Amino acid sequence: MLNLLSIITFTPAAAALILAVLGRDKDAAERRNAKVLALVATSATFLISLILLVDFDPANTGFQYVEERPWIMGLTYKLGVDGISVLFVMLTTFLMPITILACWHVEHRVKEYMIAFLLLETLMIGVFVALDLVLFYLFFEAGLIPMFLIIGIWGGKQRIYAAFKFFLYTFFGSVLMLVAMIAMFMDAGTTDIPTLLQHEFSAGPISLLGWQIAGGAQTLMFLAFFASFAVKMPMWPVHTWLPDAHVQAPTAGSVVLAAVLLKMGGYGFLRFSLPMFPVASDLLAPLVLWMSAIAIVYASLVALVQEDMKKLVAYSSVAHMGFVTMGIFAANQQGLDGAIFQMISHGFISGALFLAVGVIYDRMHTREIEAFGGLVNRMPVYAAVFMLFTMANVGLPGTSGFVGEFLTFMAVFQVNTWVAVVAATGVVFSAGYALWLYRRVVFGQMVKESLKGIADMDAREKLMFAPLIGMTLLLGVYPSLVTDLIGPSTEALVTHYNAALGIEAASAPVTHAAAPAAAPSH
Amino acid sequence: MNSVDLSIALPEVLLSLWAMVALMAGAYFGKDGLARTLTWATIAVFLLLAVMIGVLEPQTRSAFGGLFVDDPFARFAKVAILLAGAAVLVIGVDYLERAGMMKFEYPILVALATVGMMVMVSAADLLTLYMGLELQSLALYVLAAFRRDSLKATEAGLKYFVLGALASGLLLYGASLVYGYAGTTRFEGIVSTIHDGHMSVGLLMGLAFMLAGLAFKVSSVPFHMWTPDVYEGAPTPVTAFFATAPKVAAMALLARLLHDGFGTAPGDWGQILAFLAGASMVVGAVGALSQRNLKRLMAYSSISHMGFALLGLTAGTQAGVQATLVYMAIYVAMSVGVFAFVLTMRRDGRPVAQIDDLNMLSASQPVQAYVLAILMFSLAGVPPMLGFWAKFTVLAAAIGAGWVVLSVIGVIASVIGAFYYLRVVYLIFFGSEATPLDQDGAPAQRWMAIGAAAVTLLGMINLFGVEGAAAIAAQALVP
Repeated sequence: MLNLLSIITFTPAAAALILAVLGRDKDAAERRNAKVLALVATSATFLISLILLVDFDPANTGFQYVEERPWIMGLTYKLGVDGISVLFVMLTTFLMPITILACWHVEHRVKEYMIAFLLLETLMIGVFVALDLVLFYLFFEAGLIPMFLIIGIWGGKQRIYAAFKFFLYTFFGSVLMLVAMIAMFMDAGTTDIPTLLQHEFSAGPISLLGWQIAGGAQTLMFLAFFASFAVKMPMWPVHTWLPDAHVQAPTAGSVVLAAVLLKMGGYGFLRFSLPMFPVASDLLAPLVLWMSAIAIVYASLVALVQEDMKKLVAYSSVAHMGFVTMGIFAANQQGLDGAIFQMISHGFISGALFLAVGVIYDRMHTREIEAFGGLVNRMPVYAAVFMLFTMANVGLPGTSGFVGEFLTFMAVFQVNTWVAVVAATGVVFSAGYALWLYRRVVFGQMVKESLKGIADMDAREKLMFAPLIGMTLLLGVYPSLVTDLIGPSTEALVTHYNAALGIEAASAPVTHAAAPAAAPSH
Repeated sequence: MNSVDLSIALPEVLLSLWAMVALMAGAYFGKDGLARTLTWATIAVFLLLAVMIGVLEPQTRSAFGGLFVDDPFARFAKVAILLAGAAVLVIGVDYLERAGMMKFEYPILVALATVGMMVMVSAADLLTLYMGLELQSLALYVLAAFRRDSLKATEAGLKYFVLGALASGLLLYGASLVYGYAGTTRFEGIVSTIHDGHMSVGLLMGLAFMLAGLAFKVSSVPFHMWTPDVYEGAPTPVTAFFATAPKVAAMALLARLLHDGFGTAPGDWGQILAFLAGASMVVGAVGALSQRNLKRLMAYSSISHMGFALLGLTAGTQAGVQATLVYMAIYVAMSVGVFAFVLTMRRDGRPVAQIDDLNMLSASQPVQAYVLAILMFSLAGVPPMLGFWAKFTVLAAAIGAGWVVLSVIGVIASVIGAFYYLRVVYLIFFGSEATPLDQDGAPAQRWMAIGAAAVTLLGMINLFGVEGAAAIAAQALVP
């Protein structure tokens, strides 16, 4: 299948187009049809993407399933996956049917809602498979539009503020990245990502407006990309849009936001920052590591005092993304493996946690922690599921949350012990807020009158959680499923990174001799 | 002057003849019974001329002893001007009829202004430049005050006239200085007096005055003050015209003057353009933040967009000229779409243009709501819409020429600008409940808006050949 990636990417968009042209939104049956169509389309996309997973050759560290066509303005429409991106594609296609199921009870402008999610899926997959700089940017940015509308139209009371904040924050980061991308284009003469991965951007110190900049052009480009990805991740201190966006977004929107959209930042670091600007990455790694450690501790502390369940989960996401950036900028094999693992696992866990909040929100129409208590008495199944994901969020061994944290800790310990120590305290806090949340919501006596009639999860909700539970446990006890797949690619990335740094240290003639050896074999 | 000269300037001659014939017909038959017919006939003439110019072989011809040049660059601009003019006439008919302003002078004035613009972009001499510019301007002054009995329109017309006359004066003064120091009014003669990439101080002064005059025409900061008032005061079809064709013409003229007349000293005028571009991008974006009137908002939006177009020219390269041409073509398509929609905005039969009137448009007119949203995202420069590609191409040209800081200023301005475009989208989709706008009539406007939105969306697939044509045009101007 030559066009497999195009098919995976654009199947949801095709469904969205069908829905836009033929779909209607008048009565319950038509709304139901729209949902069914969306569910079928996302499920089909997932099934097709399974071919990709099965057929993917992990030993090959180059790009696979490459498609290339001429496009406008001298650019190319080029898609491909490697060990770093393939799992993000799978994560997206895996989660989207669950997301659609999560909005089964939405009755307000259903057709548009489904179109927004289908388009969003296309754009998210596109980000992970694009092999042209501008194509990547296009998918990366265009995703803002459906998300802006999802938060704005179907969100909570403060949705307007949240939608604007989300859009403008992310847009600001991205336009700086655009300037850097064009500068890369001018420097390397191409926007082809595989070529750019081999291109050495100049790292000689330059002086700008009287400032001496170590790492030169690489540092400037790194910072521009960093502005975009750090906002997207989000990293402390530019994380403030995330709690607002999460709290105001509808449940399904929160799931997509936490499970997939945040991963674009981490993916960007792995795809661009580390391999393309190794000198600048090395130079700024201590800064990023400390920002990550602060994010972990600070976000965990902030999570402790939240009264809104969604906000608490959102801050816990910020903390968990701190582990990701920490792993990435430790820049060794365990770090990268751990970062990717953490992102995949966080996709399942945070997605599930937002769904879990959504389950009781659908029943009580509030997310205040105070409004709940003693749910275990009437919702035993829910209590068990919520318990599992709370534990996974804390990083209990046996769940996938543990593996990512463990690997990133191991990685950063080799690089910077103090960062590891500070981050480790964050883990304690995370156990604190997660268990305390669980205690307040699920345990205790059921004293609130309003909760007396609350019903346990129905079949649809169980169906939503089942695959997530399966994946969390499976990856928890058998992490090699992921690490075997990504290992060769991350290893090649680490080799490339170290070689690039080694070359910088050596004298000029060595550069040429060492360059071919540094290139990951294709 | 001989028949060859006339054949080279044939489109201009034909359009002038058409304007005169239409004028005679209108005067002879009296009243405005013919107005509608004349408008559609003028649209047909515009389209025919566009096709006629578009199919010509790409070559450079000179006429009237070198006063007038017909090259791929001029043709690109002329086709863009004619198509923009035709589109604006199409979307204006219904509005003008409802407002009782359908006078036969309207299409004639548009045609005359268009002749002026076509002469402008073909100018190879300061005199041709000035003639074209004044023909265009005089017609536009009248158009701005077209609604005689409205205080605002009269004010707009007067304001435009007084400031326009001032700008023309500056331009003329600059032209005379250039003539004094170069000893010729011919562009190729001027360029031959520049040595070693630097011009004499007198020439530079002359150029600076001319740039000030032209900056007024493209409504670039700091010569932008007239724009919001004139956009708001003029009848909306006229505003739509102001926002499109004259901008293309003035921008093309600017490119022509700088590259044909001063092309060997890009370092000297690059600074001036960089200031104009940077200031326009920022002031346009910031100024629009507090606007509640859609027409004023579009005025500030156009200031900001002109800044981006100037960014391409600032680069001073072939890629820069190509980028500016692509930018202008895309900008015109988006503007026509937005104004087509603004022209449908009526409540209880009366035209409205406040952005609050758009509240919950998506509930009453879903198709138009998405159309406007697409256009707004495109104007904001969000991919995959064409507005992004326009910005991408000028940024690429500017960064390629080393204007990195200016580009960063530009993209930050575009983030500020995104706010007010987003506010329109927010009102459309999740604003407060309001009395819906009238939904009847105005099919031409609605379809034009849909078409423009489709173009901005589908353009990401292959840009409809604009890119290639712009490349040929830029090649003709900057070898």
